[in-house]
Amino acid sequence: MSATTHSPFLAGLYLIVRRSLRRHALSTTVTAASVALASGLVMAVFSIADQTRTAFTGGKIGYDAILGARGSPLQLVLNTVYHLETSPGNIPWKLYQTIREDPRVDLAVPYAVGDNYRGFRIVGTTEDIFGRLEYQPGKRFEFQGKGRPFDAKRREAVIGSFVAQRTGLRLNSTFNPYHGLTFDETMRHPEEYVVVGILKPTNTPSDRVIWIPIEGIFRMEGHVLRGSGEEFQAEAGKEIPDDHKEVSAVMLKFKNPQAGFALDQTINKQGKVATLAFPIGSIMASLFDKMGWVNRVLILVAYLVVLVAAGSILASIYNTMNERRREFAILRALGARRRTVFSAIVLEASTISALGVLAGYLVYAGILAGAALVVRAQTGVVLDVFSGHQVLYLAPIVMIVVGALAGVVPAFKAYSTDVAANLTPHS
Amino acid sequence: MLRWTKTTSHKPRVRVSPLTSAESVLKIRSYMPILEIHNLVKTYTAPDGERTTILDIPNFTLEPGEQIALEGSSGSGKTTLLNLIAGILTPDRGQIRVAGKDIALLPESVRDRWRAEHIGYVFQTFNLLHGYSALENVELGMMFGPGVDKEFAAHLLERVGLRERMRYRPSQLSVGQQQRVALARALANHPNLVLADEPTGNLDRRHTDEAIALIRQICGENGAALLLVSHDYHVLGKFDQVRKLDEINLAAQAFAEAAAP
Ligand SMILES: Nc1ncnc2c1ncn2[C@@H]1O[C@H](COP(=O)(O)OP(=O)(O)OP(=O)(O)O)[C@@H](O)[C@H]1O
Ligand SMILES: [Mg+2]
Repeated sequence: MSATTHSPFLAGLYLIVRRSLRRHALSTTVTAASVALASGLVMAVFSIADQTRTAFTGGKIGYDAILGARGSPLQLVLNTVYHLETSPGNIPWKLYQTIREDPRVDLAVPYAVGDNYRGFRIVGTTEDIFGRLEYQPGKRFEFQGKGRPFDAKRREAVIGSFVAQRTGLRLNSTFNPYHGLTFDETMRHPEEYVVVGILKPTNTPSDRVIWIPIEGIFRMEGHVLRGSGEEFQAEAGKEIPDDHKEVSAVMLKFKNPQAGFALDQTINKQGKVATLAFPIGSIMASLFDKMGWVNRVLILVAYLVVLVAAGSILASIYNTMNERRREFAILRALGARRRTVFSAIVLEASTISALGVLAGYLVYAGILAGAALVVRAQTGVVLDVFSGHQVLYLAPIVMIVVGALAGVVPAFKAYSTDVAANLTPHS
Repeated sequence: MLRWTKTTSHKPRVRVSPLTSAESVLKIRSYMPILEIHNLVKTYTAPDGERTTILDIPNFTLEPGEQIALEGSSGSGKTTLLNLIAGILTPDRGQIRVAGKDIALLPESVRDRWRAEHIGYVFQTFNLLHGYSALENVELGMMFGPGVDKEFAAHLLERVGLRERMRYRPSQLSVGQQQRVALARALANHPNLVLADEPTGNLDRRHTDEAIALIRQICGENGAALLLVSHDYHVLGKFDQVRKLDEINLAAQAFAEAAAP
C-alpha cells in the first residue's frame, strides 16, 4: 500500500524534530555553531598533536645518530635534524675524521652552522649529503632540473625547495651569506655564492636549508676556528690545518644497530668531549613525553569545550520545553507514548549535534590549514589536513553521543509531561 | 452509503499490534458494547486540600455505531468523563471498557496505543498542533496509531470541506475550520468510538447545525459510535438520544441533595 509510510513512528519523530528545529531556527543555528566550534577544535587539537608527534618521532630519519658537542642530545637532534635552535657548540674536526674512519660507521656527514640568508640556515657539509645520505629511509635528496651538487672547492650552494620559493633564488642566482642564525642586514659576509642546485621538495625541515661546502664556512670572513683550543682565522689561498677546524655535528649511519650501542657506551658513558644522540627517534619521543602536560592541558581544554557545547544544547532545548508542553500533551493524547516524545527530544538534540559536527569539519579544515601553514613555515614539517586520523570520526561520534545525552534532561521533562493538565490552554 | 471503500487505494490495513485478536473478536461479536462503564469514581483534590468526588457512575454503556449526546452544565464533569474514557485520566475506582478492554488496567504505553487505534477525540479546545498544517495535524493523528494513510487524511479533510485549506496552519484557519480539522483528525485512525467535547462552543447557530450534522454523518459513514457532551440545548436537540450526566452520575445527585435545604 503505497500511501502508507512504512515506519509511521519514525516519520512522526522526523516531522516533530524537523519542525521544532525550524521553528527555533536561531537557537538551532547558534547551538549547532557552538558544537561545530567544539568538534572542530577537538579534532584539530588531537590531529595536530598526533601529526606533529609522528612527524617528529616517526623513526623516519634515514640515519642513526648525531655526534655533537658535550651537552643535550635533544638539542643536537633539534639542531641537526630539524634545523631548529642553536648548536650546543662545536667538536674538533679530528673527531669527525676519527668517527668517519671507524669500521662500524657506514657514513659520516659533517654539519656546520653559523650563517643564514634571509633567515634560512646555511649549513656547511660535504657532497656526501647529496649522494649518500638518506634523509628518510630510502630517500635521498634529488635535484630539480639541471641542478647539481656543489663543488667542495668553490663558493657554490644547493638550496632547499622552500628556500627557492621564498627567496626567489634560482639556478645561477648569487647571494651573500649573513652572519648568525637570525637575519641581520648589518651582518653581511662579503663572500658571494652561486646557486648550482635546487632540491626537490622533501616535505621535511631540510627544504628550508641552504647547503654549502664546509670549507666555505671555515673560510667565511670573520669566522674564528677554535678546533685546537686557540683562535684561528683562515687566510685566502692557504691550507687550513685540520687541528683548527671544527664542526657543529656529524650525522652518522652505522653498519648495524650494535655499533650505535657500543659507540653510545664509549662516547657518552666513558668519553667526556662529545655527545652521541642515539637513537634519534627515542630522543624525540622523550621530548614529547616531557611536553606531555601541554598535550594533557590541550586535551582537557578540548573536553571542556565539548562539555560547554553539550551544555548549550541542553539549555537551548530546555528553554523550549515550557512552550512545548501543550504540544507534547496533544501528541500524547493522539497516541504518542512517553518514550516517543522522549525520543523526539533526544533525536532533536542529536540532530543539532550532528549538524554542528558536519560544520565542525569546516572548522577543523580551517584550523588545520592555518596550523599547517604555520608549522610548515616554522619547521618545514607538513601537516596533512586529511590524514585519516581516528579523531576525525571518533570526535564526531562522541559529540553526537554527548549531544544526545544533553538531550536527556529536557527529554525527561517532555517524558513527564502531564497530559490532562496540559491539554487545556493556559493563559 | 457513503462509507469509505475505495478499494484500489485503501485496503483494510493489517494491524500488527498485540491487540489484533481482541479486535477480531470484537468484530465478530458485534453485540459487545463499544463502551462500558461500571462503578466509576473520580475524585479531585480541591485547592483547600479536600477531596471532592466529581464522578460516580454505576453504569453506562454505548453500543457500536450508537450516537448519544450527554447533557451537563458547566463544571459538571463532562470533560473529566471523556478524558477518563480516553485514558488520559485514570479513575480512582471502577472499570472503563473500551472495545472490551479495561483501559485503566492497561500499561500506559499500551493504553496510549489503544487510544490512538480505537478512540477519536474532538477536544473542547480542539488541541490542534500549531506548528503543523491541517493535513499534518491529521497525519500526526495517524503516525502514532496504525500508520499514515495520506490519501485517507486528504479525503477526510475534503469531506469536512477543507480541500482548499489542507496546507493552512491552524492560525490561518477560522474557528469553525479549526474545529473541522479536529474532527477530521479524530476520525483519522478509523476509531470505533468518537468522543466530542462541546464541539460547537464557538460557533454560531448555522455553523453549529452544520457541524453537528457533519459529525453525525461522518461517524455514521465510518461506523464509529459517537459520545458527544454539551450544555447547549440547541446541540442536544439534534440528537435522538440525549442523556443527562447528572442522572447517571451519583456524585451530582449527592451534591444536589447536600445543596438542597
Ligand atoms: N485538576 C483538577 N483539580 C481539581 N479539580 C478539578 C481538576 N480538573 C477539573 N476539576 C474540577 O472538576 C469539575 C469538572 O470539570 P470539567 O472540566 O470536567 O467540567 P465540564 O463539565 O467539562 O465543564 P465545562 O462545560 O465548563 O467544560 C470542575 O468543578 C473542576 O473545577
Ligand atoms: Mg469541559
